[in-house]
Amino acid sequence: MTSYLSLTKAMLIGLSRDKSTLFFTLLFPLMFLIIFGAIFSGGGTNPSKVAQVGAVPVLDQLQAQDPDALKDVLELSTVDDEAAAIKMVEDGEVAAAVKQTGDLVQIYYSAADRTQAGIVTGVLNGIVTQTNLEKLQVAAPEVAVTTVRIDQVEDESLGSIQYLAPGLLGWAISMSGVFGAAMTLVTWRQKKTLRRIRLAPVSVGAVVGARVGNTLLLALIQLAVFIGVASLPFFGLKLTNYWWMAIPTVLIGALAFLAIGLLVGAVSKTSEGASGLANLIILPLAFSSGSFYPLDAAPQWLQTISYVSPLRYLNEAMLDVMVRGEGPLSVLPNLGILIAFGLVVGFIATRLFRWDDI
Amino acid sequence: MSVSIRVADVRKSYGDVVAVDGVSFEVDQGEFFGILGPNGAGKTTTLEIVEGLREADAGSVELLGMSPWPRNTALLPRMGVQLQGTAFFERLTAREQLVTFGSLYGVGPKKADAMLETVGLTDKAGTRVEKLSGGQAQRLSIACALVHDPEVVFLDEPTAALDPQARRNLWDLLRTINGEGRTVVLTTHHMDEAELLCDRVAIMDHGKILKIDPPAALVRGLDAATHITVDSGHLAPADLAAIADGVAETEDDGATITFTTRDPSTVLTALAEHRVLNGLRVRGATLEDVFLELTGREYRA
Repeated sequence: MTSYLSLTKAMLIGLSRDKSTLFFTLLFPLMFLIIFGAIFSGGGTNPSKVAQVGAVPVLDQLQAQDPDALKDVLELSTVDDEAAAIKMVEDGEVAAAVKQTGDLVQIYYSAADRTQAGIVTGVLNGIVTQTNLEKLQVAAPEVAVTTVRIDQVEDESLGSIQYLAPGLLGWAISMSGVFGAAMTLVTWRQKKTLRRIRLAPVSVGAVVGARVGNTLLLALIQLAVFIGVASLPFFGLKLTNYWWMAIPTVLIGALAFLAIGLLVGAVSKTSEGASGLANLIILPLAFSSGSFYPLDAAPQWLQTISYVSPLRYLNEAMLDVMVRGEGPLSVLPNLGILIAFGLVVGFIATRLFRWDDI
Repeated sequence: MSVSIRVADVRKSYGDVVAVDGVSFEVDQGEFFGILGPNGAGKTTTLEIVEGLREADAGSVELLGMSPWPRNTALLPRMGVQLQGTAFFERLTAREQLVTFGSLYGVGPKKADAMLETVGLTDKAGTRVEKLSGGQAQRLSIACALVHDPEVVFLDEPTAALDPQARRNLWDLLRTINGEGRTVVLTTHHMDEAELLCDRVAIMDHGKILKIDPPAALVRGLDAATHITVDSGHLAPADLAAIADGVAETEDDGATITFTTRDPSTVLTALAEHRVLNGLRVRGATLEDVFLELTGREYRA
């Protein structure tokens, strides 16, 4: 027990002074959170720029009733000259120009950006139709009109951060589990630290146990940092009721990946080899298990492949309890698969364990 | 006196390469025993078999009355091993390193401080191992091997790659360790080191022990000539010939004259009579000559 604790402590002190490992296990995944968060949350939500020539009563009335009505869809600027407005459309400075003469609303658009033109003409058409409908209802209140109501099925806050945070956290956990265990084993063997420990009355269990303790602690820190950063208003992660179930999930996931790391460490001779092999395992897992994008968006064949990846079960379990609002028991099958996976791989790793290069 | 180590006809091959080819020796309790030989002689493999790190293909090893193979946890606390190279925990300070190794043997941190003092690293206690010089790292590694007060200490080329001053400091430390009554086994490829430190030396080459004896006995047993050197230019050629006549061979390289003789008294007396002892050096046979005699080739480490 004493030797287990002192090995754990020695490893922990070494880890806390290892800037590059801390960077790759804590900051690096956070950088991905920022980058992917920016990529997936941008695009399409920026309001389209429209130049209006002089007064356009349909738009002006709407804004008089509610100044923010058009804020999310159109960014209006007023010019006095129609020719100048058309020039702005041609130059791509605005998506469209609009002018109203009496009952005629004239829209100018450029074929250069058909998507923007489609959005703007659609929005303006809708506004005009709405205005006409209101006039007709005033003239003939007894005529029933059909209206449409649109509701999103998910929690309205389900932005990209909701699937990015659990997925990237899963990736971070798998990385630190595999790399931590593999690198400790290989560098300790290379530097003959393992041989030195072998010459002390210490069991293999204490050595592996110390690494397990370190990996679990690191996983909890990763979970805390990830939830902490993703919950900042800038990212806006909203956790659901049973998010605390992510704690055992993360610990079990970390153990499964630690087993892979022990296996990589057992078969690799040099730290370069171990690092290459670890990357070779983790990157395909990360891409096929929904760490970087929702798995539902992946092609069917990739979804099928993902069933053999342990990372899929970790990611899905964390999505379920952290953001999908599922109950704590819903992740038990996933946790069971992760435990079974860890036991099998861990068993193989102990069979291949070597104190020394011979 | 009881026997600490008993090695009988140990053999070890790696594929076609025979690393250890029938080695036998005994080391008494409290003895300083050296295994001397060039690189690739089989010293390290022999030591690793005795320490229980490798299994011998044949033969038997007894360490403190027990077999070191397979890994014998009853034996481990009674032996200390300083490994070739420096096997440390990464990014720990010298003191943290010693405390960690100590606790693996159930030894408290006080002992770590005492060991730092013994190896003269008290002022480096807070320095990370990566920042220590070669000599300091080597001393720390010896301290790690001694932190649990072992009865038998194994040192594998402890002074390799050290500067002369660091080597001398380390020799003092090794004498102290042995003086405390511990059995010390040292491998080295430095002749002078073995000569200075060891009670007995085993000379190894090509996986075999050629001879085991105290260094002085090895040298004495060798009927080797004495080399007497004085400065050139003080002795007329006629006098030189007269002094050397029948008792020595001479060689004058312009700076020094070397007399190689089996009758040093006569040559020295004659040189003194001529008052030409300027720059006098007398070199008797060394382990290097013993090695040359035993293997028929120059010693190259």
